[in-house]
Formats: sequence, structure tokens, C-alpha cells
Amino acid sequence: MRRILRYVGGRLLLTVPMVFVLLTMVFVVLRVMPGDPVSAMLGGHAPQAVIDKKKAELGLDKPILAQYVDYLGQLARGDLGDSMILKEKVSKPISDKLPATIELTLCGLVVCLGLGVPLGVRAARKRRTGHDFGIRLYANVVYCIPVFWMGLMLQMIFGVFLDAFPIAGRVGSRVVSGEFDRTGFYIIDTLFSGNFEALGDVLYHLVLPAFTLGITLSGVFVRLTRANMLDVLKSDYVLASRARGVPERAVVYGHALKNALIPIITMLGLQFSALLAGAILTETTFSWPGMGRLLLERIYLRDYPTIQGIIVVYALFVSFVSLIVDVVYAIIDPRVRL
Amino acid sequence: MDETKHGAWMSPSAGLASLLGKFSDAARKYRVEWWILVAGAAIILAVALMTLVPSLFTSYDPVAQGVGPQMAAPSAQHIMGTDNLGRDVNARMVYGARTILGVAIAASLLSALIGIPLGLISGFAGNWLDKVLSLVMDSVYSFPGLILAIAFAAMLGPGVINITVAVSVVYIPTYFRLVRGQTLQIKEELYVEAARAIGARKSVILAKYIFPNVIATVVVVFSLNVADAIMTEAALSYIGLGLPAGIPDWGMDLSMGKKFLPSGVWWMITYPGLMIMTLALGFTMLGEGLSEILNPRLQEY
Repeated sequence: MRRILRYVGGRLLLTVPMVFVLLTMVFVVLRVMPGDPVSAMLGGHAPQAVIDKKKAELGLDKPILAQYVDYLGQLARGDLGDSMILKEKVSKPISDKLPATIELTLCGLVVCLGLGVPLGVRAARKRRTGHDFGIRLYANVVYCIPVFWMGLMLQMIFGVFLDAFPIAGRVGSRVVSGEFDRTGFYIIDTLFSGNFEALGDVLYHLVLPAFTLGITLSGVFVRLTRANMLDVLKSDYVLASRARGVPERAVVYGHALKNALIPIITMLGLQFSALLAGAILTETTFSWPGMGRLLLERIYLRDYPTIQGIIVVYALFVSFVSLIVDVVYAIIDPRVRL
Repeated sequence: MDETKHGAWMSPSAGLASLLGKFSDAARKYRVEWWILVAGAAIILAVALMTLVPSLFTSYDPVAQGVGPQMAAPSAQHIMGTDNLGRDVNARMVYGARTILGVAIAASLLSALIGIPLGLISGFAGNWLDKVLSLVMDSVYSFPGLILAIAFAAMLGPGVINITVAVSVVYIPTYFRLVRGQTLQIKEELYVEAARAIGARKSVILAKYIFPNVIATVVVVFSLNVADAIMTEAALSYIGLGLPAGIPDWGMDLSMGKKFLPSGVWWMITYPGLMIMTLALGFTMLGEGLSEILNPRLQEY
């Protein structure tokens, strides 16, 4: 256990340079490119004196390097700063929207693994048959479907033509929004308040976005599971357990899949950023009030501190997940030394 | 057939001959992979033909409004229907190919042009420069690429060049990491040491001994990269960050069609998406086929 904690500490330190690099890029790009929060706020026709005054107020008249040092100092104290456009802390909209994005991403992940892993196992078991071919075709086609188009098609088929699922938002209008003040994770909030009708509504709204995200990313996992299962099924211990008369299901799911899962977990860490990128597009398609939509809104307003804050949060999120993946990896595979 | 992969320097014509030999061997040896490659190439050629001779595929103007009724379902006149401004959807698909294919290929080339030299230098030098570059590239690589592309595209503003730059930022680390890894491996090979021993200059070693051996993998990755860039370009213009209004573009057509989805106008969103998917599939298939044939040891990951 101490070994793992030590490793976690080291890894956490490693995220600092990553955040630093990304932040620096965004910081410089934001300030070098045309457009700034003052002209976004005041429009193009404000008198120069007003513009200058406002710029000085926001600290935008200082050299970029000075602004940068100020910002890093602030960040080191754990403060993301204040928005330049709205009178609020940067952390406020982020903590409002982050749960929506996490909820969507995790549900998408569940769908993705729930589809990808069993299909991959099946393709490997039925190698070189129609099943195998069909599943591989599915994996390759799905991989090339843009997330947002998948969303639109599901909306069209299940939302408009069949009228079976809602195509926008996190909850229906009948559910009181006061329910969701506790954590912002609607599933958890409704579970805590014991309001199962609202929970049902939340899940109902999650179906299409989660499947949109899950299906498009499942292709990678089908291919990976299939390739690993093929390797594992050839191994001696699978042969041995078959020879002992262990039922085929137990061989495949008990012995083989467990070992094939290890690279899948690694892949999960790598695919997580793809999942987050997909979540942005899904949010746009389904009017989902998450981080992606927040980022787009604030980019148009040139709200520098909020954009920087969002990038920092995304970067931390990605490194946090890859850390979890590594730790899980070490726990399930005793051969790995952290 | 493997001696060429890690072989020393080859003359271009010998290289080409051995490549062609590989392909005809491959056609016999990897039946399925060969057909995947051919199918992918066929898709790409068809789309390329669209960009070169659009009049073969449609007689309508993609930006002329009111060439038909508004939002008419597909019919003999307008085989893919018309959009909300009465423009012919089929014409928009044909002319839109130019935009997406051009941007995706240009962006991938730009990434390769920046990523490959940096990777070569970084892997070959292996000093503090390598450490700094690797840190920067790994940071960008592990971050969701689309978010960076969004930030760049939004800051640069709409325009064909701007969107190309925004897309290319995402893929520089892909080439960098690939080339750096290969360079690290190859520079330990005996023939590189031999070149060094006879006093070849560093630039010569990089250009004539290391680069030609790296390039085979780069070709595969380039093809897969274009597939990815196609989807990134489409995503950016779907979000509304891509191009000025006058240019026909599949992603933009999708976001337009989204508004009319609740009234059941299926043709405005079905065709642009199908086109994006098919084109991306073409490049993926080409890349997969190439990877089986050029690097037979890299089977399925």
C-alpha cells in the first residue's frame, strides 16, 4: 500500500509540467490572437479612453510575461481567478458544469465497454466466421462515424421518427431543478432524495447521449478485445483448462477474458481523452449543459481566465484518470511493480 | 522481404522497385488486407474525382439558392433533396468534398512537416532538447485534441488556412512520437554506427540512413491521420468554428440540418454525415491495408 501511495505522489507531481505546458500554450495563443475580452464586451465602437481604462482594470495593459507570472502565482495558491466578463469566480461555472460532463462521460464509458468487450470476445471465439467478420466490420465502420453525426442520427430515428427518447437537456421540465443542488450529479442527487420518478427521467434523458458516445468509441475496444482474446485463447493455460473439462463459458469469461482485460484497461486510459473530446460534440448535439458548451460560450466572449481555467480542469481530469488506470492496473496485475 | 526495412540506404528507384514487388507479393499473400486497401483507395479516388471534376457528379451550383423548392425530399430532380435555402444537397456534397479533403490532407502534411523533423532531431540528439520537446509533445498528446483545436480555431477565426492550422496542431505530437521512437531504435543499428565510423556528418546520417527507414511507418500513420483529421475538420465546422459561410462544407451542412431535424428533414443530415464517414473510412482502410503489407509484424495493434 505504501508503495502505491508513493507512486501516486510521484505521478501527481508529474501532472504539474503537463498542465504547465498546456496552460502556457493557451495563455499565449489567447493573448497573441486577435480579439480580447474588452472589445468582446464593449463592441467595436467604444471610445479609446474607455477601452484603455477597462483594459487597465483587468490587467490586460501589462506585458504578457507579467500577466503570465501573476496568473501562475494565483494558480499556485489554488485560485483560478475571476471571470473577465461576468462578475463571478472562474470556479463557479466550472463546478456547475463539470458534473454534467462527468456524468455523460462515465455513462458513455459504460455503454462503450458494455458493447465493445462482449462483441470483441464473441468475434475472437468465432474467429473467421460470419460473426467475426460482421463484428469487425461494425468496429471499423463505427470508428469512422463522427460522434455528432451518430448523435444526430439517433436523435432522428429514436427522437423524431419513433418519438421514444428526448433529444435535448438533462431532465424534463416536470422535474424541479431544486432537487439537484447537492452534488450536480443528477443520478446521485435523485438517489439521495429518494425521488425515483426524477431518477427515471434523468436516466431517460441520458440514454441517447450515452449511446452516442458509447457506440462511436466501442469500435476501438472491439478490436482490442478481439486481438487480445485471440492471443490469450492460444495460450497453454486455456488449453489446459479446456482439457480438464472446464465449461467453455468459464474458460472464455473466467480465465481468458481476465487476462485479456489488462491491455484493455491501459487502452481505457488512452481513450479517455477521446471520450472527453466526444463528450464536447455530444454536448453540442444534445444541448447538454456541460464543460464543452461552457468552453465554446466563453471562447466567443474571450473570457481569458475562464478558458484557462477550463483547460486546467480538463488537463487535471485527464491525468487523474490515467493515474487511476495505472493504479487499478497494478492492483489487478501483481506482476506490475509500481 | 524484410531486409529492406532495416536495410541501409537505398536509391530511390531501387526503393520503388522493392515497394512495387512488396505490393504484388502482398496481393497474393494477404488477400483480405489487399482488398481492404483497394476498397479504401477506390473511395479516396472517387472523392478525389469529385474535387477535380465536380460537373461529372452534379449539374447544380452548390451555393445558388432556390434552384429547387425549399427542403424538398429527394426526388428524380434533386436526388439528395434540397436544403432550407432551396440549394441542391447533392451539389453541396460534391463541392464540399474539396474543402474537407483539402483541409484534412493539408493539415496532416503540415503536422508531418513539423513533427517528423522535430522527432528526428529529438531522438537523434537525445539531450536536454529531447527532454523538453518530449515533455511538450506528450502533454499535447495526452490532452483531448479537439479541445485544443477548438481553442486555436476560435482564436484564429474562420477561414480555410486557419482551420488547417488548428487541425494540424493536434497531430504534430503523433508524428513526433512515432519518429522519435523509431529514431531511437534505428540509431543503435550497426549500419548507422558504420556510417558514423567512416565519418559521415550528422545531417547525412539523419537524412540518408535514418529518415528512409522511418518513412514506411509514417506512410501508414499519415493515412490514418488524414481519416482523423477529416473528422476533426468536420467537428470544428459542425460547432461553427470552421469556415466562412460561402464555402460548401459537410460539417457546416450538418449543423444547418440539425436545426430542421425536429421537423423530420432527414436528408439534410443523412448525406453530409454519410460522406464524412465514407471518406474517413476510405483513409482508414487504406492505412490498415498498408500497415498489414508494409509492416507485416504489426498485426492488429
